[in-house]
Amino acid sequence: MKLLLSIILVALLGFAAPLYFPWWSFAITTFIVLFFLHQSPGRSFLAGFAGMFILWAGNAIWIDMANNHLLSQKVASILPLQGSYILLIFLTALIGGLVSGFAALTAAYSRKKKTVS
Amino acid sequence: MRILPFLICLLVTTGLILLLNTPLRIGDSHTPRLGYFLSPQQGFWQNAEPDSLDLTETLSVNGLQGNATVYFDERLVPHVYADNEHDAIFLQGFLHAKFRLWQMDFQSDAAGGRLSEIMGDSSNGTNFLYIDRFFRRLGMVSGAEKSLAAMEADPQTKAFQDAYTEGVNAYISRLKDKDIPFEYKLLDYKPEKWTNLKTVLFMKYMAYDLAGFEQDFEMTNAKSVFSKVQMATLYPYGQDSLDPIIPKGTKFSPAAFSMQPPAGADSLYFHFKKDNSRTDSILQPDKDNGSNNWAVAGTKTQSGRPILCNDPHLGLNLPALWYEMQIKTPELNTYGASFPGAPGIIIGFNDSCAWGFTNAMRDVRDYYEIQFKDSTRQEYWYDSAWVKTTFRDEIIKIKGKPDHVEHIAETNWGPVMYDKDFPDKLQTGKSYACYWQAQQGSNEMHTFRNLDYSKNFDDYLEALKGYACPGQNMIFACKRGDIAIKQNGKFPAKWRGQGDFLMPGENDLYAWRGFIPDSANILMHNPERGFVSSANQYPYDTSYPYYLGGVYPVYRGYLINRELKAMQNISVADMQALQTNNYNVFQEIARPLLEKYIDRSGLSGLEQKYLDLYTSWNLQNNADEVGPSIEKVWWDSLMTTVYADEFAQTDLPLPWPEKSTLLDGLLKDTTSYIFLDDIRTNQLESLQDDITKAFKKAVPVLDKASKESALPWGTFKKSGIRHLLRIPVLSRLNLFSSGGETEINALKNFHGPSWRMIVELTDSTQAYGIYPGGQSGNPGSKYYDNFIDDWVVGKYYPLLFVKEEVIKNRPNLKGILTFKKA
Repeated sequence: MKLLLSIILVALLGFAAPLYFPWWSFAITTFIVLFFLHQSPGRSFLAGFAGMFILWAGNAIWIDMANNHLLSQKVASILPLQGSYILLIFLTALIGGLVSGFAALTAAYSRKKKTVS
Repeated sequence: MRILPFLICLLVTTGLILLLNTPLRIGDSHTPRLGYFLSPQQGFWQNAEPDSLDLTETLSVNGLQGNATVYFDERLVPHVYADNEHDAIFLQGFLHAKFRLWQMDFQSDAAGGRLSEIMGDSSNGTNFLYIDRFFRRLGMVSGAEKSLAAMEADPQTKAFQDAYTEGVNAYISRLKDKDIPFEYKLLDYKPEKWTNLKTVLFMKYMAYDLAGFEQDFEMTNAKSVFSKVQMATLYPYGQDSLDPIIPKGTKFSPAAFSMQPPAGADSLYFHFKKDNSRTDSILQPDKDNGSNNWAVAGTKTQSGRPILCNDPHLGLNLPALWYEMQIKTPELNTYGASFPGAPGIIIGFNDSCAWGFTNAMRDVRDYYEIQFKDSTRQEYWYDSAWVKTTFRDEIIKIKGKPDHVEHIAETNWGPVMYDKDFPDKLQTGKSYACYWQAQQGSNEMHTFRNLDYSKNFDDYLEALKGYACPGQNMIFACKRGDIAIKQNGKFPAKWRGQGDFLMPGENDLYAWRGFIPDSANILMHNPERGFVSSANQYPYDTSYPYYLGGVYPVYRGYLINRELKAMQNISVADMQALQTNNYNVFQEIARPLLEKYIDRSGLSGLEQKYLDLYTSWNLQNNADEVGPSIEKVWWDSLMTTVYADEFAQTDLPLPWPEKSTLLDGLLKDTTSYIFLDDIRTNQLESLQDDITKAFKKAVPVLDKASKESALPWGTFKKSGIRHLLRIPVLSRLNLFSSGGETEINALKNFHGPSWRMIVELTDSTQAYGIYPGGQSGNPGSKYYDNFIDDWVVGKYYPLLFVKEEVIKNRPNLKGILTFKKA
């Protein structure tokens, strides 16, 4: 329950913060979420990673479908990802997930060890 | 708290963010900041436009004087209905910015020598600092400043320009960071405020593109290699197959100045000497920056009303150079192609008239040698005295590096373009000032604005007044029945050969003798033959009392005039067919010669096969024909066979002769054309030897293309439209297309008809047009390149020139922008 709640909060705040602050501001909100919803390092990372991975993947897929993959295919050729919009969406989500995951891990270690979640 | 893992994780997190927030260097170029670029909320994803675009919005905008409405039709062409000129042009600026902001910013920065600021000093093998220094030393910025002053001195054009700049900035100030155009995100920079100077810089870029061509250094090198007779053969004045814009036989008034070359020019200027040093590449506008335009009178048309046609040939880019729109106020109703970056409709029509342009091709850029007293360059020798040099420091900002200061010496001849800090093409080590018409201040906007308002022939004449550079063949037709053309501009009065070579600058002996009086820029108005036309050929024959320096193509103009003479009862469909005509008139003249002189006795089976393909070709440069590929390779090969031996006498650049020059020369003299002999062999080559040898060299090239399925002309010529940053995936390359260099449909590699327009001036105007691109400059929009496929096959769109009541009820509108004054 705590895990699910933290994933949802990571995603929600991770969406809200970059509306006003730099793209990486979700790292701070993730830290705050996992600081207060204290969990084991493994679960914290999972919550931080999943929350942003799902958010960015979902957001990108939503935009990409409406755009008929027009721009994603071009960007996937520039980057270079062989023009694959699927790889590009995965890379997008992975970047969001990793930054958030490590922010969550930082939060987990910032408090005393927790044995039972 | 577990200190060590905490610190490690904190470090990893911040490290990741830093890494993803920094452009990474890969080879010679940089990635965007990946975290930012890929962020769905801020990065490029935000530029992926929904397929079902709806632009409808109500906006309250500061700076508008009244309310206004913009309707976007199904091709995303805006129709602007405003209360007055200020608001209409304000909204034009707003719309240009909304759809083309990055392009207008980038083009203007390129003209002002600011690319290093965006791209770094070099990237992907392009030396941007060199390009920036080139434009600064050419005087682009100082010239733009002078023209800005001239434009702002006229209250009418100043108001016009101010409204435009306000509109662009109104859009920029509303623009959210996440919505800035894709290329800003890719290159990681931000839009800046628009200024009137940025518009003028863009217009100076057009002047460079259209009136910046010169080959004075190459020609100077040529006279050190070739004799006087050879020079006249390679670079003749006038052309045999010429049909000038103003017909042959027109009587001209004598020159208003003495057109005798200065005393001593024979030994000093037309001398033959040999130099030796290395060559270097240099920027040069495409010499085929040309165009077609013509207008036929009602006596020749089905409707009994004039039809005007125009297709400017320019470098083809994405986002496209042009933006289509209609602008309507109580005093003004005009439609056509506008330049993102400048106010007004440039090529278009209104309720009464239509107008268009082709390039005049006149040489208005010359060089004068400067003798500095010493290396400090503080003084230079002029009129038997040392004159003080003035200096202009131009600061070039470089991304990621300290600024570069370009210390430009200015003389009474203009800025010193080449010296030991910026070597010329011949590596002479000498100093040369560049004297160029576009460096002088002039107000061209007056002409563009007033053409939009013109109601009749007199208004057209009035609009043309004061226009200086780039010189254009300005064509006109109106509903009253007038048709007219005039090569308009401020042209130097030069003696024959003046400005072909580098000139001495120690006194005014070699200065331009003044400017050709406007009365000698001949106007053709309602001629008996029922049409006026131009296709960048010589404006007059060589009896014109002033020298017409420059390089002029011949075949398009010749064919257009031949076709128009023969046509009667002309319809819009006929004009569309003529504008997209692919007939190769050059080969109509050249083929009998090649067929006559090729030695068939020694041909292999393969060679015979290609010769048969060539002789059975219908002379149409259609995409699916192989004939055009054969003729191109064969003629290029023949040019090389004939000239390469003589040209190998120097390592320095020489102007390569025109195709028409060789053809005209051979038609005149098939036996002893002076370049036929290969000077590297002992025997004396004949025309037959050269033509046969050229053909045998061409066949392997053609056969290789054939094996790669690349022989059909549409594949062989590799036409494409490149993104301004030359990124292939943002470009449309390898378009299977017809036409070519000498055809009316002048689509070459990356160069061709940039806006095809046909206007029939019936009571209710019937207009058609298309350009290779799309209304949106956003690569993430389906409107980015949606016209291209239709353009390639020669289709036209009917242009909606309508009242607000009509457009309001039109189905398939892409949106309505309602503007309220704030």
